[in-house]
Amino acid sequence: METIEHVDTERYYVPAPSWWPLIGSIALLLLASGFVVLLQNNTFGAYVMIAGALILVTMLFGWFGTVIRESIGGLFNDQVDTSYRWGMGWFIFSEVMFFGALFGALFYSRIITIPELGDTDLLWPGFDAVWPSAGPGVKEAFAPMGAWGIPAINTLILLSSGATITWAHWGLKNNNRTQLKAGLILTILLGALFIGLQIHEYSTATFTFKTGIYGATFYILTGFHGAHVTLGAIMLSVILARVYAGHFTPERHFAFEAVSWYWHFVDVVWLLLFVFVYWLV
Amino acid sequence: MATTTLHDAHHDAHPTGVMRWLTSTNHKDIGTLYLWFSFIMFLFAGGLAMLIRAELFQPGLQFFQPNLFNQFTTMHGLIMIFGAIMPAFVGFANWQIPMMIGAPDMAFPRLNNWSFWLLPAAASLLLMSFLMPGGAAAGGWTMYPPLFIQGGMSYDMTIFAIHIMGLSSIIGSINIITTILNMRTPGMTMMKMPIFVWTWLITAFLLLSAMPVLASAVTMLLTDRHFGTYFFNAAGGGDPVMFQHIFWFFGHPEVYIMILPAFGILSSIIPTFSRKPLFGYDSMVYATAAIALLSFLVWAHHMFTVGMPAASQLFFMYATMLIAIPTGVKVFNWTATMWRGSITFETPMLFAIAVVCLFTIGGFSGLVLAIVPVDIQLQDTYYVVAHFHYVLFSGAAMSIMAGVYYWLPKWTGHMYDERLGKIHFWLTTIAFNVTFFPMHFIGLAGMPRRIPDYALQFAEFNMLQSIGSFVLGASQLLFLYTVIKCIRGGATAGDRPWEGADSLEWTLTSPPPYHSFQTAPAFK
Ligand SMILES: [Cu+2]
Repeated sequence: METIEHVDTERYYVPAPSWWPLIGSIALLLLASGFVVLLQNNTFGAYVMIAGALILVTMLFGWFGTVIRESIGGLFNDQVDTSYRWGMGWFIFSEVMFFGALFGALFYSRIITIPELGDTDLLWPGFDAVWPSAGPGVKEAFAPMGAWGIPAINTLILLSSGATITWAHWGLKNNNRTQLKAGLILTILLGALFIGLQIHEYSTATFTFKTGIYGATFYILTGFHGAHVTLGAIMLSVILARVYAGHFTPERHFAFEAVSWYWHFVDVVWLLLFVFVYWLV
Repeated sequence: MATTTLHDAHHDAHPTGVMRWLTSTNHKDIGTLYLWFSFIMFLFAGGLAMLIRAELFQPGLQFFQPNLFNQFTTMHGLIMIFGAIMPAFVGFANWQIPMMIGAPDMAFPRLNNWSFWLLPAAASLLLMSFLMPGGAAAGGWTMYPPLFIQGGMSYDMTIFAIHIMGLSSIIGSINIITTILNMRTPGMTMMKMPIFVWTWLITAFLLLSAMPVLASAVTMLLTDRHFGTYFFNAAGGGDPVMFQHIFWFFGHPEVYIMILPAFGILSSIIPTFSRKPLFGYDSMVYATAAIALLSFLVWAHHMFTVGMPAASQLFFMYATMLIAIPTGVKVFNWTATMWRGSITFETPMLFAIAVVCLFTIGGFSGLVLAIVPVDIQLQDTYYVVAHFHYVLFSGAAMSIMAGVYYWLPKWTGHMYDERLGKIHFWLTTIAFNVTFFPMHFIGLAGMPRRIPDYALQFAEFNMLQSIGSFVLGASQLLFLYTVIKCIRGGATAGDRPWEGADSLEWTLTSPPPYHSFQTAPAFK
């Protein structure tokens, strides 16, 4: 039996061969092909997707579990830690670009498409080219989502959750585990409250994904954001479980920081949503 | 479990059998996987090109119905770009970057494995789509709505394949960028990195910026197809032109994603065989960065005929022309590197010189196409096809070939057969020009692309092009043979088979040890 003292952390840790990546690829292939079949209105696709999702979840548990064991086993030196920091930072950058393109679609339709359609009087006479619009061909009465009800409350909720997670981080750094746990639990609760209110808001909406460009941009932006909040809350819960399991030290806790970076990113996206999707309508 | 992990961390030899490839965490093995995968895709997509050229051998419909012909052109483009060119460069990044910066491996070896094994998953979706009702996607590799919204289930498969390949690119880029920023041997400052490493750093940045945008675009296509949204449908206030804007915001950086690593390979090969250091290292770095930044400001030069305001057209025209400056800096630097060098013409150098000349032709035809009134005439003609094949085949693909010949001795420990390499070079270069140079003429004369039939006056050139393309395709089998022959044996290559080569990989044995640099090497 080898022990940790045996490990030479002078060297950059290169992990042993692993099955998890291949399993992850199989999971995504099942998810994608199942979705293709489901989109043909064949429910068999749903079963393929469920199988893919289960394999994906197994892979995530297995892979992250391995990384956590390696981390606790002391295999990661400072250079490995820096790699994880760069990696998470660039991952969030790619997410910024993903949302950037969706915001681009919103601005493009508001600033260019809708006014242009207003000029095509021969094609669509009498089209009132003002935002919010479902376009000239979708005859549907709808009321846009106002900013000062649930969205404003949700803004407060997410901003406070940004504060509580920072408070939890201070607790972790000062080795105050009670404050750490309380901060994390508060953050998760605020995240869950946000998602609950968002679902409630969707249920009261007078428009759908199909209500022209307004409905499309509204739901794709808020929907992807909501999915990110959900994922963030799940990751925070994993971190909370790890805190209860005694993981993380005041010096070494990058997993916590990575999730809090992600949480702050989701927070910033919400602020932009609040301003451009809800407020300046 | 934990103890097994610790135990395995000490293994310093290749795992054997199928494990070595399926579960690899070794940058060289994963690089090999990338290169072989890309070569298989290259042959497949090249086969599609042969079918296209067979149909165009004579006017009139010969073998294929127009819909099938359009499937061939669409899949030829998608597979060449996402299956052949991009993975080949990632293969080079995997093999070379850790060795060039003095690292043991990539920063995230397991993610590295994942970014590779996502590609066969995506490719199987793409290839299977040929067997679906209605055949593969036929809307062009650019996936423009409304055509792409109207197609059958193979279009969904294409969309998901794009998602998975995008994920692979994003994971791969995070890995490469982190490796370069964090794994360099002490003393190797950013401005001392080999240019190949620099070009990949900037390429990875471009990938991280562009691929998520493509993912957004195809996601909106998917919701338009199946969930009743109106992103690209004017009836609901959407706009098909908006897709083109988003797509080309990805698409133009994408062309630099496919050429910057090629520039890096050239910048490694030309100094070696000129036996002189690279001329203008700093300006090379700045030019690469300038090209990358400008690449985000020129996308609408692909859309001069869709009806944009004149002011936008002028902006995109001038911004596009501006890219000629940093690109010109590079071409002059390579030329100046060769100036008064004691040059020898081994196969990698032959390819590199051919790329400098032929890529420059592609660059010039790009400048021609940047001019709005000219572009309006030439949009969707064979002139455009000629332009991007000069950039992508004689730019990117031939640089890949140059790089393979250059580093094969390091990778395999054997010298390749120089005579076969030279034959492959001349066949490729001549056949390439026979295939694609006449496309300039028939394009200027108005022959449209993506059409299986054509007017009689184009018959001679088309027959000539088809003959050229068959020779071009067949000569790649010689390439395959030469590479396999080199892997199986040949004269022993020393650690440094090229006397002019001086980056860190040449200080390792050929083939290199399992973990490239166990301890950080000294770097002056
Ligand atoms: Cu372009």
